Amino acid sequence: MSQPLDRVSIRFELNGQKIEREIPVRQLLVDFLRDDLGLIATRVGCEQGACGSCTVMLDGVSVRSCLMFAVQADGCEVRTVEGLAQNSVMHPLQQAFWDNHALQCGFCTSGFLMTALDLTEHGATGDEKEIRDALSGNLCRCTGYANIVAAVQSALAGKR
Amino acid sequence: MKPPNFLYAAPRSLDEALALAAAHGSDAMLLAGGQSLVAAMNFRFIAPKVLIDLNRVSELSFIRREGDRLHVGAMTRHRALEFSKEAIDAEPLLARAASEIGPLAIRNRGTIGGSIAHAHPAAEWPLIAVALNAQLTLRSASQSRSIPAREFFVGPIRNAAAADEILTEIVFRSAESNSRFGFCELSRRPSDLPIVAVACRISLDEAGSCSAATLAVGGADEVPLHIGAVEQILIDARGEPAALQEAADAAASAVAPRTDVHASANYRRRMVAVMTRRALGQAFGLGGESA
Repeated sequence: MSQPLDRVSIRFELNGQKIEREIPVRQLLVDFLRDDLGLIATRVGCEQGACGSCTVMLDGVSVRSCLMFAVQADGCEVRTVEGLAQNSVMHPLQQAFWDNHALQCGFCTSGFLMTALDLTEHGATGDEKEIRDALSGNLCRCTGYANIVAAVQSALAGKR
Repeated sequence: MKPPNFLYAAPRSLDEALALAAAHGSDAMLLAGGQSLVAAMNFRFIAPKVLIDLNRVSELSFIRREGDRLHVGAMTRHRALEFSKEAIDAEPLLARAASEIGPLAIRNRGTIGGSIAHAHPAAEWPLIAVALNAQLTLRSASQSRSIPAREFFVGPIRNAAAADEILTEIVFRSAESNSRFGFCELSRRPSDLPIVAVACRISLDEAGSCSAATLAVGGADEVPLHIGAVEQILIDARGEPAALQEAADAAASAVAPRTDVHASANYRRRMVAVMTRRALGQAFGLGGESA
């Protein structure tokens, strides 16, 4: 039987790179990304799963990194906003956010991008209701959402 | 760090998880999808000494049809139930309810067993389990028992499982071909927990008259409530407004809602009647408002 522990070694793939660290089991994934790895694009917002700012991709689907312990990522593949751009060229979603003026202060933007990434990678049709439903779990206090929806719609249109 | 100190174990098999649950009893909590539990730990509302993470127990994640029953493993994610052809063929109400749970990222991670064990009185899975009277399988290191969902919920965030038991499986009866469901929830945004929600299933004979009915209400009492009186009212009904209104009134008078920051008790009670009427309207195929 596996004995309960308070510190563990974890290994996982982050944005294509192998990560290996020893961590306390109570460390949240979002805090591990930010505090231990210095990847601060993923934001800590509400810490209760409501605001969506900490959304990352785990094994190909969007999840809240404030509602997971880092130890749970052991053996998984994690993607954050830092992994979106390739060779200094923005990801089509990032470009669409730029083109549509879909951000103002930028605090929520990483979470929106990762939620939108889940949509674009799982056969979304680009229907506005589908996009609004998917984005309803991300809070933005600046934009009023219209430009964010437009950005995701244009990125999905470009993909087809 | 936000959550208080705890010890963590990630068993790889159900036997291992059951042995851990037996060894640590009420000192331990089970971590399923974590979409409620980890938030509660972040706020230090709860501080388990030991956390038993079920996410690596792959044998608890399955959707399987056996005869006229659909067996769903407790660690099956909401998102899997939203799209499972097997589940949709057996009981389409499951996918309908799953699609209403939280936002996308929550559906990707949260599990049906975690939601039922959490026993939030307004949450979708407890409501559906009560409406359809699912059978819940509880395992401990020494025994296995099956309990009807209508006996599992004993209060808000309280269930009938013992400290060393793990909810392993939820068993639904497949819907009969002459039977239709209705599902209606009231929430301010699509991803919010409902203020009140109603799920029902009715059987219609060849003439379109109701031959059986089950209906449950969430968010309006300590636990999701099966409204038994509705069946008697609806037998032989064909969706007449008077019958639907009588059923709605019966549901509204059966619940004992509370006032909280989201809604007053009075508003909840009135919305139980409205949601009941609409859900039954869907089931009778009357069209009209869908929410």
